[in-house]
Amino acid sequence: MNALSWGAVEPQLPILLVVIPLLGALLTTFLRNSFMAWLVATVVAFTLPFISIHLLVSVLETGQPIVYKIGNWEAPFGIVYRVDQLSGYVLSVIAIIGAVIMPFARRSVAAEIEERARSWYYTMYLLCLAGLLGIVITGDAFNAFVFLEISSLATYVLIALGKNRRALLAAYQYLIMGTIGATLYVIGVGLLYVVTGTLNFDDLASRLSAAIIDPGQRNAVVTALGFIVVGLSLKLALFPMHMWLPNAYAYAPSFATAFLAGTATKAAIYLLVRVVFSVFGVGMTLENLPIGEVVIVLSIAAMFLASISAVFETNAKRMLAYSSVAQIGYITLGIAIANQAGMTGSLAHIANHAIMKTALFLALGAVFYRVGSVLYSDISGIGRKMPLTMAAFAVAGLGLMGTPGTAGFISKWYLAVAAIDDGMYSVVFLIVASSLISVVYIGRITEVVWFREPSKAAAKAKEAPLSMLIPLWLLVGATIYLGFDTRATVGTASEAAKMLLEGVQ
Amino acid sequence: MELLKTFAAHYNYFITIFLMISGLFIVIARGNLIKKLVGLSLFQTSVYLLYLTPAKILGGTAPIYEEGYKLYSNPLPHVLMLTAIVVGVATLSLGLALVVRIKEAYGTVEEDEIFAKDPEAE
Repeated sequence: MNALSWGAVEPQLPILLVVIPLLGALLTTFLRNSFMAWLVATVVAFTLPFISIHLLVSVLETGQPIVYKIGNWEAPFGIVYRVDQLSGYVLSVIAIIGAVIMPFARRSVAAEIEERARSWYYTMYLLCLAGLLGIVITGDAFNAFVFLEISSLATYVLIALGKNRRALLAAYQYLIMGTIGATLYVIGVGLLYVVTGTLNFDDLASRLSAAIIDPGQRNAVVTALGFIVVGLSLKLALFPMHMWLPNAYAYAPSFATAFLAGTATKAAIYLLVRVVFSVFGVGMTLENLPIGEVVIVLSIAAMFLASISAVFETNAKRMLAYSSVAQIGYITLGIAIANQAGMTGSLAHIANHAIMKTALFLALGAVFYRVGSVLYSDISGIGRKMPLTMAAFAVAGLGLMGTPGTAGFISKWYLAVAAIDDGMYSVVFLIVASSLISVVYIGRITEVVWFREPSKAAAKAKEAPLSMLIPLWLLVGATIYLGFDTRATVGTASEAAKMLLEGVQ
Repeated sequence: MELLKTFAAHYNYFITIFLMISGLFIVIARGNLIKKLVGLSLFQTSVYLLYLTPAKILGGTAPIYEEGYKLYSNPLPHVLMLTAIVVGVATLSLGLALVVRIKEAYGTVEEDEIFAKDPEAE
């Protein structure tokens, strides 16, 4: 029994975060019974938040990163897993979202996926979770690529199993765009490897500053930066590289949409921040390429154009997908402004947006479970039949607009402060103006579901089952709670921002 | 002359870039879903060359820690590309599986015909 004591397990926690879902995925492939597969996936998904929060808390207490050497090989030779304030925070967001939605999964997956594919569906879910956690925890540039592809391949399957045949096409288009993005990233990593001879993020950072003095190597480094930024922008759906996202989210099964909207793009954003800030360093990035300015312009374009697309959309899931593109714009805006308030706002919005958007998609998933459609014409008046579900939708929608008293307000507030700190007063105006557009699209669906006569399909619907309402209201509760007590989000995010901007390793 | 020399000295890089661009071009320009996957595969394959070219040291041996072995090739890029090949195979097979399902659902693998059947899918 000695071997299993907490003292022996604790140092292994970073690797367990990836190994547990991988083994869980393996286990579910042997299970033909979909309930058993769901049970395994749920148990696995609920252990991960405990591990990631434990890691985050110990990093925040000591202020030192936790480094796990795989096979006990020292850093530049072996692959290390590294948990610092930033990665611990993003790990916790992904693990918590991954766990909270599991009670919702059972009925939703049973309704939308054929019997023989169900246990495989949970396999894919666990693989995707392992991949996303792996991207965030690894300290090795190439290992991040491998995890990126593990999560992406699982994601394509999760999307393709949607009932509508358009899901197949959406998954295909995502496969093409996602693979191009990942390949561009790996080209950039290859150029960095040729210049420095290392793949470890910390080691890369220390060798790059010496490498750029040589003009020939400097060109290679700047080219690598360009490839990596464009590749990851494709993955995180930065406008105008978001074309794969609306259809993928709209036609995927409800459970997959809720999970991916909260986590998949966030892991890509994390990787971008890690590479641009920890490896290249802000100063070097801004000096060589006008990445900051370009990303600010694209972010603002996303905030407006994607929001306007959302206003005219008549499929509720596609509407929320366009809104996701706009919200990613807010996150990248703060990262591009790159001051303390901007980074804090962006990182806080990673958690806030994950919580709010997952809640919104869970509400739509519950509607889809009862009505079988999320077209505005079919769900009109559904608020009278499913008041608890649609009330949760309305509260999360208020959060999305940035209403004071919700989590969405906090992150937008910090973004506005960041813009003022940098003297970009027009950006403050644009943040407020784009929020007003989100009032229009959330207002439009609210009008449809509450103030219209129930449609034929909606008239027969009844309130969603408890297993769907509990995760939904947990997330909605978090949206309101995090609007008042911001220690968990803003507190951690500002620690992470401080670390990134100081360039402290 | 100087230009020709540079070209000859770096000819494998030019091949890499040519493959990369043609792969990307096929993905964008072709409407046939299978041809798009061929282009994607070409694009991914070019990356293997990008990693392997600088990994080859002329006259280099395997990394042996012993008297008499001075120059060695680092095996790491080869190992990395082995992983990338696996990723590429997985992507291609999943892509082809999706095309099979698309053919079953739409009866065609031409992008414009699919969009004609499902105007909103664009």
